[in-house]
Amino acid sequence: MSYISLSDKDQKDMLAKIGVLSIDELFQCIPENIRLDRNLKVPNAHTELELIKRFLLLSEKNTYNGYLSFLGAGAYKHFIPAAVDYLSIRGEFVSPYTPYQPEVSQGTLQSIFEFQTMICQLTGMDVGNASLYDGASGAAEAVLMANRLMRKNKVLVAKSIHPQYRNVIETYTQNLDIHIEEIGYMDTGQVDLDGLKDLLDDQTFAVIIQSPNFFGIIEPFEEIAERSRKNKTLSIFLVAEAVSMGILEAPGKLGADIVTGETQSFGMPLSFGGPYLGFMACSKEFIRQFPGRIVGQTQDLDGNTGYVLTLSTREQHIRREKATSNICTNQALCALRATIFLELMGEEGFMDMARQNMQKAAYAFEQLSSLQGVKPRFSGRIFNEFVLGFERPWLEIDLMLREKKICGGFPLKKDFPELKNCVLFNVTEMHTKEDIDRLTTALKEALGTQQGGKQ
Amino acid sequence: MIREPLIFVLSEKGKRACLLPVLDVDEKKSVTQGITVRKNIKGFPQVSEVEVVRHFTRLSTTNYCVDEGFYPLGSCTMKYNPKINEKVAGFEGFLVAHPLAPEEMNQGNLEVLKLTEDLLCEITGMDKFSLQPSAGAQGELVGMMMIRACLESRGEQRKVVLIPDSAHGTNPSSAHLCGYKVREIKSNSRGTVDLQDLAAGMSEDVAAFMVTNPNTLGVFESDIKEITRIVHSEGGFVYMDGANMNALIGTSRPGDMDVDVIHLNLHKTFSTPHGGGGPGSGPVGVKEVLAPFLPKPHIEKRGERYYFDYDRPQSIGQVKSFYGNFLVVVRALSYILSLGPEGLKEISEIAVLNANYIRKSLEDIYHLKYNSPTLHECVFSDLFLKDFGVSNLDVAKRLIDYNVHPPTMSFPLIVHGALMVEPTETESKRDLDLFIDAMKKIAIEAEKNPELLKSAPHLTYVRRLNETTAARNPILKWTPESKGKE
Repeated sequence: MSYISLSDKDQKDMLAKIGVLSIDELFQCIPENIRLDRNLKVPNAHTELELIKRFLLLSEKNTYNGYLSFLGAGAYKHFIPAAVDYLSIRGEFVSPYTPYQPEVSQGTLQSIFEFQTMICQLTGMDVGNASLYDGASGAAEAVLMANRLMRKNKVLVAKSIHPQYRNVIETYTQNLDIHIEEIGYMDTGQVDLDGLKDLLDDQTFAVIIQSPNFFGIIEPFEEIAERSRKNKTLSIFLVAEAVSMGILEAPGKLGADIVTGETQSFGMPLSFGGPYLGFMACSKEFIRQFPGRIVGQTQDLDGNTGYVLTLSTREQHIRREKATSNICTNQALCALRATIFLELMGEEGFMDMARQNMQKAAYAFEQLSSLQGVKPRFSGRIFNEFVLGFERPWLEIDLMLREKKICGGFPLKKDFPELKNCVLFNVTEMHTKEDIDRLTTALKEALGTQQGGKQ
Repeated sequence: MIREPLIFVLSEKGKRACLLPVLDVDEKKSVTQGITVRKNIKGFPQVSEVEVVRHFTRLSTTNYCVDEGFYPLGSCTMKYNPKINEKVAGFEGFLVAHPLAPEEMNQGNLEVLKLTEDLLCEITGMDKFSLQPSAGAQGELVGMMMIRACLESRGEQRKVVLIPDSAHGTNPSSAHLCGYKVREIKSNSRGTVDLQDLAAGMSEDVAAFMVTNPNTLGVFESDIKEITRIVHSEGGFVYMDGANMNALIGTSRPGDMDVDVIHLNLHKTFSTPHGGGGPGSGPVGVKEVLAPFLPKPHIEKRGERYYFDYDRPQSIGQVKSFYGNFLVVVRALSYILSLGPEGLKEISEIAVLNANYIRKSLEDIYHLKYNSPTLHECVFSDLFLKDFGVSNLDVAKRLIDYNVHPPTMSFPLIVHGALMVEPTETESKRDLDLFIDAMKKIAIEAEKNPELLKSAPHLTYVRRLNETTAARNPILKWTPESKGKE
């Protein structure tokens, strides 16, 4: 295929205008010895029909689609209203660049302003940004921001945050004067408050806690924020499952200084892990150290309300090495999807979604916990995920479930060696009672078969 | 003109768009025992579906976009986004795939990633790629971290990174985030790296030189082999910012220029849509010497099976949850496959032809600071407009009235009042001519009627917006108190 719009005549006319005989002449500035003297070894050009066939084949090599799945762990399957897809594929939203020219970008800018507003309403914070790459880099950016604000070098990271977020925090801080210490968790699944007390010292600039945490457990954040504040330490509230904000108290009300995380749940399909949508919100007083694009309201020459990218003196294109972040292109179209999603769900619909997640997960937790050979690993309150411990090796159970076209939960052993045969299950509004019962029955059979096989 | 209000203004209690099915398990009050639940989300919208659909449809009409017309935003490569790429990226098997499902359930996705990595290696002449970085700036960070990790594995603690004065702001920012001090290298009278300044700046304390090639003036760094030699001779690495790969694709390869690491922008060279500011994708390619330091996991193939390799002890670690912006990668792969070897080469050929046509047509009117030959873009300055009290900003805003998106403004910093024009390969001669005509008319207007430019644009949904007020008195969200004012 070709996406060139010049005819042979056009090309000839243009070369004549430039005053050269061939296109090749325009490349004379590239020394001969570094010019490619052959064609690239890539597959021959595909037509549309051939592309469709090839990609259909590739997409159908993925077999996950046919399974009833209870995987979550930072990537959640939620309902996406039809109008989200319908509106967000419009070329007017898909094909512009970052809105550097506000007079021809009001659609993008006003949508982001609405996104920032709803992030503030959900988090209870003063200001939100236009987006970050994902929850993991959001967590890392929050640590860097707190570090700039406090000018100390120790950050306390809860062991119970998403392990991949912790990895990314470690990567981002590895060459800087930032020292990471871990806060353990208790049998409730919540952070160890006594441990936190011991770790907080005069070098601690921030504490980062995820709630609901990676195990699905709701953290006592108010108390954590209180202790941090007394120690002149900032508290960072991390969100991996953003639907939880539809029922749990806003982090800002619980005392958070910075709230950041992942909003994939707001209208982004699972998409094998990306693109997703990072967000960040903070108190007004910290705005000069805030990373990422921000949209603000202003007026035009006639006094009409309009929107522009603002406070850009924090950013790399102005401040260069002194910028608050190197981020440039972010996740604008994903933020648009989230904006449309939230506006369609509305206050009642979104809160109902959160309530249904909590109720259904509680039902599943109760049903599955009652099976022989299964034990809830933690006793704390959950939102829509929970950890079960199995007496038998999970690998065997999992294989039996897969024979029944069920993709069970996420085994924790790799990231938490101490949680052998412990598995994280996720239940959302997409699961019916029937789905949950099907899992319960299948698991019961699997556990029974296995025990039977041993005798 | 009817102005579209903020959605919050339309909100009334009782209006609903989406309903979920009735909860099918017994509701238990006890699930929230002992935790603080919220009673409402103050100010959150409550509107109907029709209102939402009309809201965004109306808002969309106030955006200018590539699908509508010419968008010569320099250094951003605003080419046409082929629709077939959107279609294949929307296939169910890709959309519903959970990133943590067992590898055998995601073999198609892993094949997409591996195939794309291999093709990018061939296109750039690098040895290995990682598709994990979310965008160009994150790719830069990864590249610099790999350099640092490699040097440290040799017991070297270098502290400085050299960067040309014409570089993108992300370069110094990424180097800084990697713990390096940044030192600027001057451009010479040709607009390219001053070799003497580079040689003088180079020492055993310098970890890397970051170079954009062709640079932000659209000028090819023809001394690139000498540049890499100078840097390598002192044990440093050469990082190439691949933002301008559109000028080179199929014609020459960074790997053959001896650069050690490069990032690409799939949302530039490889046609994936910019989405009004993302999502992008910033793959990083390296020579063998840096391969052990690539982010993890890295995709490998054993027999017929693809898998994620986590066992990479020297890796810099992970920079993104899961494996990158997967659906963006799918689009880029579709693009590469759609074009094949001849089509890929045609990208750089026509992009360079279009840019030179514009340059030739306007260089007698608009000032060019550097005379060097240019490839895919050219940078004019607003110098000749000074006498009329008009700036590059005014030209840019007036262009909007001619239904053309303005070029990149005031960048690179080494050109006063820069107007950086990158037409890309997809534009028709008619669109190029419309732009050229508009620029010529504006030059005349600047002299005859400067006010027309200074108060532009005139035909847009909003007129020139006051950015100073926005920054001085930031209003960053809607509040219920502002309801009456809308």
